Amino acid sequence: MVTARHYEERLQEEYLEGKQPAFDISAGPIPGELHLAAGQEAAGAGVCQHLRDDDTVTAPHRPHHVAIAKGVDLKRMTAEIFGRETGLGKGKGGHMHLFDPEVNFACSGIIAEGCPPAAGAALAAKKRNTDSVAVAYLGEGAIDQGAFLESLNFAAVRDLPVVFVIEDNDWAISMPKERVTDVEVGSDRADGFDMPGRRVDADDAVAVYDAAREAVGRARDRNGPTLLELQVHRRMGHFMGDPETYRPDEDQEAAAARDSIERLAEDLRAAGVDDARLSDLRADAEARVEEAIEWANEQPKPAPAAAHEDMWVNPGTGVTDSEPDFDLAGGDD
Amino acid sequence: MSETVDRERAIDRELTMSRAMVEAIATEMRDDEEVFYMGEDVADYGGIFDSTQGLREEFGYDRVMDVPISETAYLGAAVGAAQEGMRPIAELMFVDFFGVAMDQIYNQMAKNTYMSGGNVSVPMVLTAAVGGTYNDAAQHSQTLYGTFAHVPGMKVVVPSTAYEAKGLMHNAIRDDDPVVYMFHKRLMGIGWLPAPDGPKTPVPEEAYTIPFGSADVKREGADATIVTLGLHVHRALDAAESLSEAGIDAEVIDLRSLVPLDTDTIVESIEKTGALVVVDEDYRSYGVTGEIVASVADEALGALDAVERVAIPDVPIPYSRPLENEVVPDADDIEAAVTRTQ
Repeated sequence: MVTARHYEERLQEEYLEGKQPAFDISAGPIPGELHLAAGQEAAGAGVCQHLRDDDTVTAPHRPHHVAIAKGVDLKRMTAEIFGRETGLGKGKGGHMHLFDPEVNFACSGIIAEGCPPAAGAALAAKKRNTDSVAVAYLGEGAIDQGAFLESLNFAAVRDLPVVFVIEDNDWAISMPKERVTDVEVGSDRADGFDMPGRRVDADDAVAVYDAAREAVGRARDRNGPTLLELQVHRRMGHFMGDPETYRPDEDQEAAAARDSIERLAEDLRAAGVDDARLSDLRADAEARVEEAIEWANEQPKPAPAAAHEDMWVNPGTGVTDSEPDFDLAGGDD
Repeated sequence: MSETVDRERAIDRELTMSRAMVEAIATEMRDDEEVFYMGEDVADYGGIFDSTQGLREEFGYDRVMDVPISETAYLGAAVGAAQEGMRPIAELMFVDFFGVAMDQIYNQMAKNTYMSGGNVSVPMVLTAAVGGTYNDAAQHSQTLYGTFAHVPGMKVVVPSTAYEAKGLMHNAIRDDDPVVYMFHKRLMGIGWLPAPDGPKTPVPEEAYTIPFGSADVKREGADATIVTLGLHVHRALDAAESLSEAGIDAEVIDLRSLVPLDTDTIVESIEKTGALVVVDEDYRSYGVTGEIVASVADEALGALDAVERVAIPDVPIPYSRPLENEVVPDADDIEAAVTRTQ
């Protein structure tokens, strides 16, 4: 969690470098949109602690905390965000399209569209009779998308080992959820699909951990899918450069005041972990982030001609480039 | 070219396009347990257009899966299973239904390999029934060849005969890249939708692969080149027969795949004939016909003496028989277009 928080804060600094005095979205070391997840760390760590490398995770456009929790290669992920040749996608994906097949992590920039592939990964696990599971993350703004609702039904009717995790940060860019969704609790959507659903306040990382253990365990034991909703907070704008003029000051202040990391630190202190140990954990996490950013900044940019590569895994012709010489005389033509 | 095969046996056995397509799928399913088929009405029904006849009986419901009417969910599930290394075949009952699931097709299936820098493969086949000529109106009669070929990241293949249906399907299933396999309903050999004579061909019993990006000259000719695909290969061959009676010798090229596109075979023919007629059952504007003409112009502008396009005019495909007949190109339309180039 502290790795993810520090990562987002440092990316914010790197992102804004070169975007002064006038904000030009494509300028600076990190071009393009950047959706940071500060305030949502417990949702990543609390769930992914229960996952193995062979479990599949799909995340949406705000993916860093989940990727870090899943064990995605932090250096190559950072290099990808910086658009470098050694990035996870050789600079072709960017921060919304991170793929690390080593730990079965993928994310997509289209709202709720990570849900069907996660169901598919779960389907593959079931067909292969393994005990791996899949987890699909989505924001609360995604719960009205067909892709999500179709996936709930598909997972339920096939008893797929998948957990759907709604991260409810209250805001879909500028849209508060009560203006677009007529249920207060998003996980109640599960009722309509004959699936267990549960909402947890993710200010309490331990509560997330406990709820996820049950949901992931249910999937791993082949007892079917679960829908979890985790109340998180968006400490930053939707994307960097978002003026958040739509957002009341008190909402921002409340989000800043409710910090799952500080709360977890208090819980740990209460459990007997001393401050020196917590400081060491923070220092280690920060050093890891600094190392990744430093490494990424040193990586070469892709050669322009590389834009023409990686269209296919096989040759365009498929698995063959020649046709057998059959004599089909006597056919139609 | 590869070794000689048992020609007598190949010639003896003719299959409908549907039987040939299913034979390839069944063979691959026997050889590889990771191959499975998902779609609407593909199990007990056997595919509305006979694309899965008999598969459920042999492989059971786990490998021939009927799915909810949720194209986004099950096409996306195919993407997810493929990224895990399985080899799903997922069917759009009608290609026209792509609209409810296009994100999984063009933003996920087609782009994940590229966006991952080649680190992720999506070895799936998306099968889709295409085409009109049977009065099913605007939402069930399109081919949409150009739509799928336009977005990068999908190999797009269109068999015109049983022989092609089998060889292209073997290559599609074995390919580690996503392949869109568009089969024309009118060619399948369905009892209630009679096929023309052409698509039922001799089909070798053994498995074989036809490479993508390899057009086939279905008829040789010296005076004009007709470039087409799918159903219109047969309509072009009919037109060529009529034209020959008028002393015009037309060559007919079956593209077989749109992505990759075999421009070489077309250009070679144009350098011989000088006259290009592109025939397509997709919309005229911004589509296959325009692309073929542009590709030839890029490479052999000087060889082009005349160009004609025969396609669906830019209207939705109408229902009533005389209206549909008006907009879907037939042999007479092709014959007239070729004649204009002479």
